[in-house]
Amino acid sequence: MTFLELTKVNTFYGLSHILFDVSLSVNKGEIVGLLGRNGAGKSTTMKSIMALVPPRSGFIRFKGQDIKGKDPYLLFRTGIGYVPDDRRVFADLSVDDNLEIVYRRNGDWTKEKVYQLFPPLAEIKDRRAGHLSGGEQQMLTIGRALMGSPELLLLDEPTEGLAPLIVKALENQILQLKSMGISILLSEQNVKSALKLVDRVYVIDNGRIRFEGTVKDLETNEEIKKRYLMV
Amino acid sequence: MRKGTSTRNIGIGIAVVAVFFLLPAFLPRFYVYLISLMLVYGLLATSLNIVLGYGGVFQFHHCVFYGVGAYATALFLTKTGVPFILSFLAGAVAAAVLSFLMGIITVRLSKLYFGMLQISLGSLVWAIVYRWYSFTGGDDGIHGIPVPEIISSYNGSYYFTLAVTLICLFLIYKIIKSPFGSALQGIRDNPVRSGMIGINVKRHLLVALVIAGFFGGVAGSLFVVVDKTVFPDMLFWTLSLEVFIMCLIGGWFSFFGPMVGAAIVIALRTFVSGYTVYWALVYGIVMVFVIFFLPNGILGFLEQRAKPADEKKLIEKG
Repeated sequence: MTFLELTKVNTFYGLSHILFDVSLSVNKGEIVGLLGRNGAGKSTTMKSIMALVPPRSGFIRFKGQDIKGKDPYLLFRTGIGYVPDDRRVFADLSVDDNLEIVYRRNGDWTKEKVYQLFPPLAEIKDRRAGHLSGGEQQMLTIGRALMGSPELLLLDEPTEGLAPLIVKALENQILQLKSMGISILLSEQNVKSALKLVDRVYVIDNGRIRFEGTVKDLETNEEIKKRYLMV
Repeated sequence: MRKGTSTRNIGIGIAVVAVFFLLPAFLPRFYVYLISLMLVYGLLATSLNIVLGYGGVFQFHHCVFYGVGAYATALFLTKTGVPFILSFLAGAVAAAVLSFLMGIITVRLSKLYFGMLQISLGSLVWAIVYRWYSFTGGDDGIHGIPVPEIISSYNGSYYFTLAVTLICLFLIYKIIKSPFGSALQGIRDNPVRSGMIGINVKRHLLVALVIAGFFGGVAGSLFVVVDKTVFPDMLFWTLSLEVFIMCLIGGWFSFFGPMVGAAIVIALRTFVSGYTVYWALVYGIVMVFVIFFLPNGILGFLEQRAKPADEKKLIEKG
């Protein structure tokens, strides 16, 4: 069943045309990778879905409903969690309060459950979020998105700038989320890391989808890898 | 360590309150009146700070709610036979209603645009109060407002003001520390990000504005108790500016900052104006120094100085 579906989405920043007829889909319970170089349009695709940069044309459907043009807070309340690439936490609030203020759709996720998934956070509950390390902030942003019990999680370059050991832990946690039935759209520059996690792949370059297929398809397609991913 | 500081803070709090309760026994009447005024303005500035410091909203014309609260109480007391306590509450409710109506319009804009629209809407209210002689007394205001005997005496009004201010500060503190208050600070940090975690930013801010208006109205009603007069200058934008400055001088990121700021501004206004008519000059110089050297305000600065020790311990522990 198609869970999230983008059809011919065109997005602009002012006058500049960023996304050209981007179409992609995420099925229930799968992790879909959105790969591409810096500036290829990965983050803009995420922001288009979350209505932070509303697309000018095209359709975005979530659970069969047209969600284009809805306010971000309403999208969150229908079950889309978004973890932006700048992973900014609310710096003046404590870790606990960062989780506390999230709108909760239902009781599926509690703070305890988040702390179970990310044990390091439990130890620094009362610390100001602005004082956390990069990895801790990333866990907190994901945890924050989870507090709303999302059915779909948009992860924008979650491993960017993190130490290898933390990346490994994060990969496990992402797989754990998948096993809980959460669908994930994962954007990555780090192709190696991404291919370990995802079920299907889209390759995006210059705002256009250049490739669509399974991990195996991509691994055998040397040309795409060389041209758009530089690996 | 955390527990230790909190019990120490409670101890300090009790001591301060005790000193305030004993003051009238030592101080001459004039100073008791002055401290009442400081409390009223302190409450007003603190109510502004709910949205200014914690919500990041540029509420430039907060005094409208103060004035409307005062006028509502005064009108109820002079024109109707409603008991005092209801008239008092009517002030706060009237201010909250006005805040809601203005908020619906202003909350659509952000930052400076919000402030500009708010000044114009507030000035409209001021113009109505100023011109409507038959109802509000216009430029003359209303004098000799009948306040019940027990709280109209000098000490009575002081204790009443002190008690109401303490209750309001406690309530505001609870609101700030609640999840509602945390979300408000989240919105101050970044409204877009707050939307991304399901917070309805506009509605949240509107509720905060109504709360701020309500407590502003309480401060206005308290002024009626202390001074037994109301006048249109209470709604004039220059007073709003002054309250804004109180928040800045005291420290708009600390809870008691506006209280401290109010005390400083009132003291400056009272004592310096005894020496020179150019008291605003002194005031301006103080303002410049605070902005240059203490950008977080006086209390904010003191808190920062006290902090490093705590932070070090935290690092050692973690």
